[in-house]
Amino acid sequence: MRGVDNMREGLRNRIRRLSAIIQKEAIQILRDRGTLVMLLLMPVLEMFLFAYAVSLTVDHIPTAVADASMDAQSRAFVGALVASGYFDIDMYVADETQVIQAIDEGRVKAGIVIPPNFAAQIERGEAQALVILDGSDAASVSSGYSAANAVAQSWAMGLTVEKVARVGAASLGGDISLPIRTSTRVLYNPDRDDMIFIVPGLIAILLQVMTIGQAATAVVRERELGVTEQILITPARPIELLIGKMVPNLVLAVIVMLIVVLFGIFWFGVPFKGNPWSFVWLSLLFIISGLGLGLLISTVAKTQRQARQITLLFMLLCMLLTGLIYPRQPMPPIVKAVSNLIPATYFVRIARGIITKGVGLSFMWADVLVLVVYSVVVVVVSALTFKKRLD
Amino acid sequence: MDEQVVISTQNLVKQFQVKDGAVTAIDGVTLQVRRGETYGLIGPDGAGKTTTTRVILGLLTRTSGQSSILGHDSMRDTYRIRERVGYIAQQFALPGDLTVMENVRFFARVQGVSSAEQRRRIPDLLEFAGLSGFTDRLASRLSGGMKKKLALACSLVHEPQVVLLDEPTLGVDPVSRREFWNLLGDLRRERGTTIFVCTPYMDEAERCNWVGLMYEGRLIAHDSPGKIKQMVPGRLLEFKPSDFVPAWRLVPDLPGVLEVQTYGAMLHIFVDDPDRRGREIEAALAAQGITCEGMREIETRMEEAFISLIRKQSAGASDAA
Repeated sequence: MRGVDNMREGLRNRIRRLSAIIQKEAIQILRDRGTLVMLLLMPVLEMFLFAYAVSLTVDHIPTAVADASMDAQSRAFVGALVASGYFDIDMYVADETQVIQAIDEGRVKAGIVIPPNFAAQIERGEAQALVILDGSDAASVSSGYSAANAVAQSWAMGLTVEKVARVGAASLGGDISLPIRTSTRVLYNPDRDDMIFIVPGLIAILLQVMTIGQAATAVVRERELGVTEQILITPARPIELLIGKMVPNLVLAVIVMLIVVLFGIFWFGVPFKGNPWSFVWLSLLFIISGLGLGLLISTVAKTQRQARQITLLFMLLCMLLTGLIYPRQPMPPIVKAVSNLIPATYFVRIARGIITKGVGLSFMWADVLVLVVYSVVVVVVSALTFKKRLD
Repeated sequence: MDEQVVISTQNLVKQFQVKDGAVTAIDGVTLQVRRGETYGLIGPDGAGKTTTTRVILGLLTRTSGQSSILGHDSMRDTYRIRERVGYIAQQFALPGDLTVMENVRFFARVQGVSSAEQRRRIPDLLEFAGLSGFTDRLASRLSGGMKKKLALACSLVHEPQVVLLDEPTLGVDPVSRREFWNLLGDLRRERGTTIFVCTPYMDEAERCNWVGLMYEGRLIAHDSPGKIKQMVPGRLLEFKPSDFVPAWRLVPDLPGVLEVQTYGAMLHIFVDDPDRRGREIEAALAAQGITCEGMREIETRMEEAFISLIRKQSAGASDAA
């Protein structure tokens, strides 16, 4: 009986310790108003940035037209380009030379050159038009390229694209004539609405940076201040301290996740195609992996400054390597290997899978499995390295 | 195991690994703290006081030797020790963004104190520490002295039989220091708590009933403050020479002078016979045109004893080398 009582008392103390630590962390998070407001507003701010400032597609590209045919077909083709929304015809010029001059002078970013006898060539199925794009503006090039291509496809005609720029021309090797192929990038994004593509990835990145930063600085700050030694001398076990630090930050991360998802749905009109519950569960898993990673970093970082630097590094890696903006397929193997060490790489795919494509777990079990293993490993390793002594 | 011994170490050694070899911070310390005693571990900065305290508490691993508190081995029974002792670390900080009450309650709960016990104990404890009027103040907004009192309250909330305080009055004004020591006195009288305190302040050492003098990782003397003072041979003269440096150079070579220490603008001189040597010193200095102001015999204090013992220790060490 004595043993049972002891066990019960031990458990009661364990719960008491854990709830004390959770409560302390929660009070500290709530009391740091500035940081809290920033944590909650940042996601919204970043979404607006992505939506309105760093839009990946460019439309209403100022365009110059040199139409040597001036027939019904050529006018209809130009009309179709305008109707696509990607080209605004700002000026009509005589020939190709003047188009390039207009681009060089920065008055337009694109030019369309239509050869003589366009209508007749269309009839014979051998029509050629030249689209000239400002090579110094990567966004205009890629948008204009795929837009012009899409229009040309529907006209069943060939299209020659040329990129020019004072800077870009030489490196592009002067005139480049490209036979156009169908773009596949827009499979799940037929309207080219960036937010559908961005929001799920943004959730992953925001949660990743936030969880790593919160967990790492929470531990390092206490160690720097000398609070750690004072708490270490209590009977609180390392695992209790870890869980106690993770729980309030987990709740905070879930709130941030909800803010981004709800803003995405109701403000930016991102359709949520998949199962919300599996998304919530997988977010929790992802958040735990991030917090665990942060705790692991806290065992390496000696000062808050170092912890912040490492978090910043992760933010950069997340932006560049996880497939948020740049596709991962063409990355060199070493870069790909690095990106495989970031939990967000998996969650970007999971989030897009659930939100954008609406697919079930069966399509992404490999990513989910990796996240499970990742979470277990980082939490266990940080619990083992989180010492009960100072040396 | 002697029930009366609360803290004990046997040939305790602690080495820190550094780039080229190891640094010995504790070099074979054997000490005993008896129940109800206030034990002062004194010594200059870097003597190894903090390291000794941390090893005893199991916050650092020991390299060799034994150490235990309340019969629990420092290394094996780490958590049992942590449930039974109070500790204030030297560079301690309580979470500054919690209020006084939140801090005390946090430590109470982490120490497994039930809610009923908390309701009973915490008001008394805050009253005892003089913090009753500040329960809702953030810990970071407390004065230095009040922070120490809060730390003491937090370390006492689970009613430990022994508290270890590592330079608890560092950076605190003299009035607050006195108040803090009065609290320790109350604690010992009312609860019989054993107090182990590290301090570089000699006036604090006088308030302990047992003192261990630590120097370069060794315990070079341990006894009651009275006995420690008697370890220094001779009696002590104090005076203020009109020309300090020549006097300070001259006096050590005079007959019957055992040791010379400086104390501000004054000289403290240990001599075999204060009346006779006092007159001789005055005469010798007068021959050099130096007058002696306020020549008198004073009680040896811990400060002089401390300096004298350390000097002999380092002289012995260099002789051996």
